[in-house]
Amino acid sequence: MKATAWMGTDTVKVIDVPDPKIMNARDAIVRICTTAICGSDLHLYHGYIPAMRKGDILGHEFMGEVVEVGPQVRNLKPGDRVVVPFPISCGHCSSCQRGLYSVCENSNPNAGIAEKIMGHSPAGIFGYSHLLGGYAGGQAEYARVPFADVGPVKVPDEVRDDQAVMLADVFPTGYMGAEMCDIKPGQVIAVWGAGPVGLFAAASARLLGAERVIVIDRFPYRLRLAEEHLGAETINYEQADVLDTLNEMTAGRGPDACIDAVGLEGHHGNAAMYAYDRAKQATRVETERPFALRQAILACRSGGVISVVGAYGGFVDKFPMGAFMNRSLIMRTGQCHVQRYTRPLLERIQRGEIDPSFVVSHRMPLRDAPKGYKIFQKKQDDCTKVLLTV
Amino acid sequence: MDRVDSVLLPELDGPVPATLPSTLGLLSLALGVGALVAPGRLARLTGVDDSAAARGVIPAVGLRELGSAVGLLSGRRPAGWAWSRVAGDAMDLTLLGRALADRGGERRRRLALTTAAIAGIAAVDVLAAVRIRRAQRARARMIRMDVGVTVNRSPAEAYRFWRDVENLPRFMAHLESVRADDLRRSHWIARGPAGHRVEWDAEIIDDQPNKSITWRSLPGTRVPNVGRVQFVPAPGDRGTEVRVELRYAPPAGTLGRAVAKLFGEEPEQQVRDDLRRFKQVLETGEVVRSEGSPNGISVRQQAMQRPAQPLPASRR
Repeated sequence: MKATAWMGTDTVKVIDVPDPKIMNARDAIVRICTTAICGSDLHLYHGYIPAMRKGDILGHEFMGEVVEVGPQVRNLKPGDRVVVPFPISCGHCSSCQRGLYSVCENSNPNAGIAEKIMGHSPAGIFGYSHLLGGYAGGQAEYARVPFADVGPVKVPDEVRDDQAVMLADVFPTGYMGAEMCDIKPGQVIAVWGAGPVGLFAAASARLLGAERVIVIDRFPYRLRLAEEHLGAETINYEQADVLDTLNEMTAGRGPDACIDAVGLEGHHGNAAMYAYDRAKQATRVETERPFALRQAILACRSGGVISVVGAYGGFVDKFPMGAFMNRSLIMRTGQCHVQRYTRPLLERIQRGEIDPSFVVSHRMPLRDAPKGYKIFQKKQDDCTKVLLTV
Repeated sequence: MDRVDSVLLPELDGPVPATLPSTLGLLSLALGVGALVAPGRLARLTGVDDSAAARGVIPAVGLRELGSAVGLLSGRRPAGWAWSRVAGDAMDLTLLGRALADRGGERRRRLALTTAAIAGIAAVDVLAAVRIRRAQRARARMIRMDVGVTVNRSPAEAYRFWRDVENLPRFMAHLESVRADDLRRSHWIARGPAGHRVEWDAEIIDDQPNKSITWRSLPGTRVPNVGRVQFVPAPGDRGTEVRVELRYAPPAGTLGRAVAKLFGEEPEQQVRDDLRRFKQVLETGEVVRSEGSPNGISVRQQAMQRPAQPLPASRR
């Protein structure tokens, strides 16, 4: 089959690999119809996530048709149209049973490596480095889906592929970002990052009853999406001081909750500040550029919530612990426990409360994946989300 | 030292009784006290009562013996003190040899008897020193592993799976097979690097249903080993804390090096991986495999990941 493989920093290729086969009794094989490039795939692309190997198949957002199931999979049959959550979760460990699917205790065969860096191992993830399991990803014609009796959700006919594939990661991740804010009526929610996750966080904050949503980014076309599709207010951090503007907008209180939908490769309006962290990152003195996180902590109202759904991999410097501690802030975070959200969000799509395909800017065949990565990386042609069709 | 160690230690010590160093210590004590309290009688007994120098040498020998006695009875570095006795024996034999050279008659007869006695004691001392050192080295080679994992199953379920010893190779990576011969005895085959295979018979020596199992290799095994697993209800209704203690005593030489290699530089890591697989099998039904780690969890495989893409047909 054809598959998108990581061949080194800033290089992906569509290569021929063997077709996947059932390896565990609870596996299914899915013929992929639509798959997407995620912002966090760019962290892999840029070489910021350790333990990648040349030839690793990328992709953790995909949907398609079941073509084969293992002997223990009884809820699916060949022909079912499914969307597959990005965390691989066994459904039977204590974490899964408490709904913490992205920290499944059994799905990372390389837990020993992850423990050395993170203390304990999170779940395995499709196509997301050997640190998180060494699983082949879904930017391919077929994928093996472990624990297919737990993760994949059947997609009703009336929900389109480009809507369903958003349930693999970005919509639930944005939704969890908003849910962690514990939004009460009248509250103001600020979102750093107007990529798909940030846009879905803003949309979900609205769905969960936020009074006002403020989105912060530097790309006018993305901010325009937030304004026009979601009725959000926006701040372009290259044109305005974010802290001053947020204080002004909230009459000095600061937002009630701040969502970091940026993660480890942030940018900063001040070139010197950017250069400082970029240099430390390049020399591996720190692994992340946590501009959004630092700013969110300073901006948030005292006693408010910092909700982190942007992806981090290692260590940050200059974490404003003093502000965080003295102002009684709360931080909630996590890779999304997608399995918790797929069905309720699918129902919201069916009820017409949201059409998640609004983030899609580009559609191209799988064979053009390298072009898709390039466009997405460079934010060319107003790129927000690239779908690959198979 | 805990209970699991004490199962294995008598075997590691081999034919050396644990009391050997202190027996030698008591012998030194008796000789030392005798030489200090009654040097004249000792001189007559050994046939050197005609020498003025002997009156100085005998108490000095006594002091040396007291030194060895204190060391051996203290229990610290018994091998070193046993060798100090051998050195003392050598010194005594040298003195006796010089004394023999210029004496005759009854004195010569007594000196010859004394020399024979000291030579006999020296032989015992050498043997003891060698055995004490060998036992110490065996203890030093002993690999100790204490690892735990929390499994989301009841103690009874975890116990049942483990008690059927033929299940063990399903999660213990170094085991090729375990065959239960009867309720207590079983035959184990482990695979090592370079085609080394180690086989042994084991028996369950303590079995407390739903609580713990203790087993050991039968005497005569080339790699003596003992293990205990306990199944403790995890607090907060979170299943079972499975706590494993393993002790292996690889022999010296090639086999020992092979066994050491089998466990790698981080023996505990391998047992931790075994327990992760145990958890996977109990909670999910089998060992979880990925394209990068097609054999499931393993330290060696983590270091040598294949690319995360489907396996070629030949590797399935």
